[in-house]
Amino acid sequence: MSTIILLLITGLGLGALYFLVASGLSLIYGLMGVLNFAHGSFLTLGAFAGWELARRMDGSSWGTLIASLVLGMAVGAFVAAATEFLLIRRLYNRHIEQVLVTVGLALASVALFEGIWGTDAIYVTAPEWLSQTTEILGARVPNDRFLMIGAAVLVLLGIVAFLRYTRFGLIIRAGVENRSMVTALGIDVRKAFTVVFAIGGAAAGLGGVLASHYFGYVSPQLGGSLLIFAFIVTVIGGLGSLAGAAIASVVVAVLQQFANYFWGGTGDLMVVLLLAVVLLVRPTGILGKKA
Amino acid sequence: MTEIVTESILSVAGLSASIAGQQVVEDVSFEMLPVGVTALLGRNGVGKTSTLRAIMGLIERSGEVTIAGQRVDREPTHRIVQRGVGYVPEDREVFSSLTVAENLRLAERDSSPNRQLIHELFPDLTDRAGQLAGTLSGGQQQMVSLARALVNDNRVLLVDEPTKGLAPLIVMDVAKALERAAQTVPVLLVEQNLQVVRMLAEKAIVLEGGRVVYDGSAEELLSNEALTKELLGVA
Amino acid sequence: MKSLSKLSQRTWWIVGGVLVVIAALLPLLNISIPGVLPGATYTPGTLQLLALALLFASLALSYHLLFGTAGMLSFGHALYFALGAYGLGIVLHETELTLLPALGLTLAIVITAAYLLGSLSLRVTGISFAMVTLAFAQAGNVLVRRNPGITGGEEGLRLDTEHIPDFFIGVVNTRNLYWLALALLVVVFVVVAWFENSRAGHAVTATRENELRVRVLGLRPFGVKLMAFVIASVLASLVGMVHLLLQSGTTPRATSADFTLTILVIVVLGGVGSRWGAIVGGIIYTLLDQRLTALASSDAIDGLPAILRIPLSEPLFILGTLFILVVLFLPGGIAGAVQRLSTGTSLAPQKRQRLEEAE
Ligand SMILES: Nc1ncnc2c1ncn2[C@@H]1O[C@H](COP(=O)(O)OP(=O)(O)O)[C@@H](O)[C@H]1O
Ligand SMILES: [Mg+2]
Repeated sequence: MSTIILLLITGLGLGALYFLVASGLSLIYGLMGVLNFAHGSFLTLGAFAGWELARRMDGSSWGTLIASLVLGMAVGAFVAAATEFLLIRRLYNRHIEQVLVTVGLALASVALFEGIWGTDAIYVTAPEWLSQTTEILGARVPNDRFLMIGAAVLVLLGIVAFLRYTRFGLIIRAGVENRSMVTALGIDVRKAFTVVFAIGGAAAGLGGVLASHYFGYVSPQLGGSLLIFAFIVTVIGGLGSLAGAAIASVVVAVLQQFANYFWGGTGDLMVVLLLAVVLLVRPTGILGKKA
Repeated sequence: MTEIVTESILSVAGLSASIAGQQVVEDVSFEMLPVGVTALLGRNGVGKTSTLRAIMGLIERSGEVTIAGQRVDREPTHRIVQRGVGYVPEDREVFSSLTVAENLRLAERDSSPNRQLIHELFPDLTDRAGQLAGTLSGGQQQMVSLARALVNDNRVLLVDEPTKGLAPLIVMDVAKALERAAQTVPVLLVEQNLQVVRMLAEKAIVLEGGRVVYDGSAEELLSNEALTKELLGVA
Repeated sequence: MKSLSKLSQRTWWIVGGVLVVIAALLPLLNISIPGVLPGATYTPGTLQLLALALLFASLALSYHLLFGTAGMLSFGHALYFALGAYGLGIVLHETELTLLPALGLTLAIVITAAYLLGSLSLRVTGISFAMVTLAFAQAGNVLVRRNPGITGGEEGLRLDTEHIPDFFIGVVNTRNLYWLALALLVVVFVVVAWFENSRAGHAVTATRENELRVRVLGLRPFGVKLMAFVIASVLASLVGMVHLLLQSGTTPRATSADFTLTILVIVVLGGVGSRWGAIVGGIIYTLLDQRLTALASSDAIDGLPAILRIPLSEPLFILGTLFILVVLFLPGGIAGAVQRLSTGTSLAPQKRQRLEEAE
């Protein structure tokens, strides 16, 4: 029983990270039809920014942790908005070329990170509490899991509120459904593009700092390894669906944890198998509208 | 009809358009009446919708489109709309995951939108402001789509088959709303229901295979049974 | 000067034939190109590099069939290269088969896998297809890393030379491997050209342009797309097999997403939709990669200030940046640029400029 609780909560924590990456991917794809391969780099850069800040301050204090989370978000948002503004926008509606540009950016940026910070993992320090455990129904759950889950829930609520209560949010929701009709109402939908990139980048940057605490280190490969699972999550959840991304994040991560524990480390394969099954049964994903 | 010489509100010259490499509008030219309803007619698939979409800049096009004396054929869709064009697309295209109120709020461009007019024309929508547009009936969705265009003061309205698939009673509601709208803004109307065309339109343009084959009085066209049958396939 | 594009199809084949003959003679000649090749053309080191370039050209051609011809953006093409390399390596190691039967068995495995995974992936199109192929390739990556007993894990798989003919073994026989790579390139080229000119090839090209119209014509896009997918996968696996022989082994990098992206980069650099572009891209990439790696560790770079030294010492950074610039400013890649130069036309923006909201 305690094992199951532990696996569940750990799965939720990992799912929270997946969601932080997948939510941006899904929003960006939903509105613009762009598959953003550079999203992992936004995450990695956020993680390194957080670490650079933390090593200059008292890494074990809560203030530092919060400051690094905020910095990671800001860096992610800024870099993502700049990417949209400088690269993606020039290739408006040429989806394949847009993907190619983000591929190039992903390759170049990871190489640059390796040049700056080296290829080895760099270990991070965190407040004492995060490395301790809390007992829940007999399971000793590492506390950092709660941080992940809490942050992801806040991000989810934040994005939902933004989408529901602001004019940009209204335009984004309408644009995900039918972008050309938004322009046919006299709205320059491109302004919303920079906004979704910034939101997605902020979530990824935050996810980067959190991931560095979940795994205990930062490395140039951090984003890329999470990105592949985030891709799977967005396909399973349904491209363009935020709720789908949230559900699929949890399903994928929990399945992964259970398979790793009970079926001898087969978590990653089970996730791909789940993807295959979803494609066979429902190619549009759990909440996707069209293929 | 008297000849009034005014600047044409919307004129199209040599307009061609293609979808996925296939030409669907070929060298279409016509002018709208400066007031009232101009009907754009033709059988299914002759390119009426494509003509409207080309005017709106929603599909690739070439040729001249002039709105109130300004060339707009190189402008992006949202600019064209901002010049005062209201567009009611075929199949309504309401945002089904947005509420009625949100659909309308999204459409409001003017600083003083015509909320009162919308309320008078479609009282039903006021009652259903909080309902998701996707859960409305076809007729109600059409009202949302019309309301999105009428909420602003436009120079011209482009309306694509507003009565398609609606119950006869609702058809008359829609027609009346259009009649009222046409008192203040000229309308280019694509319509298959000839009764509605008779009731509203003064001028008619008929397309066939992407080209204009009739441009003249709506009444003359519709009172000539043979011609109507030949051009529109129905009496 | 007669423009390149006006040359007839036949002339191109003759030019190609002459180039193949010249390439075949290289190991017998003593040509040095300082700065491009590490040594004279008959030396094993140079032949090794050239053979690698030819393999990358073949691999790019197979990807061209998938992406350029059929319009399928796959992020998992490396999987089939790896399946060829690891498959052959494992079969040779675990069974008593000699090279040719082992090759046949591996091919059978590859065809089965490509057929199954292709059928599954092609249930979705466009961006979803890209992500799904990526996921399958990632599963391959995991399998390789998690089963070191069979695959050698992170260390990679060493070629078991027991059942390999002697003329493919050892440094002195590098030129035989070079010729093998050249022969493979010719085979891949012919197969790709044949497919593109076949009825199925025309159908798949039409599908890329307008799937709806192909359906209306009564053709099944799924069938021809799957065919292109399987052929491209088989060709990639053949390249993987020869790569295994050339490098005397293989590493998990062959299964990584980065490797697929590398193939994509090559095809786009060369020019999407151009067979010659893919070949030129493959060769240039290999030489450039080698030169950039040499540059990265050179003294000239070491002496630079950090802001220049760090980017310049990362070959992938330079390649990635180059790639972005090509996508932004050189549509059609190298092949497109050559064509524009030879026909004297400038970059034709009109043709590329699509309408803003038209989808
Ligand atoms: N999305 C599309 N893809 C391909 N062909 C289309 C598409 N939409 C319309 N067409 C074709 O364009 C032509 C004109 O269509 P349309 O403008 O909708 O005609 P109408 O509105 O007069 O019924 C038709 O032959 C139709 O088959
Ligand atoms: Mg129509």
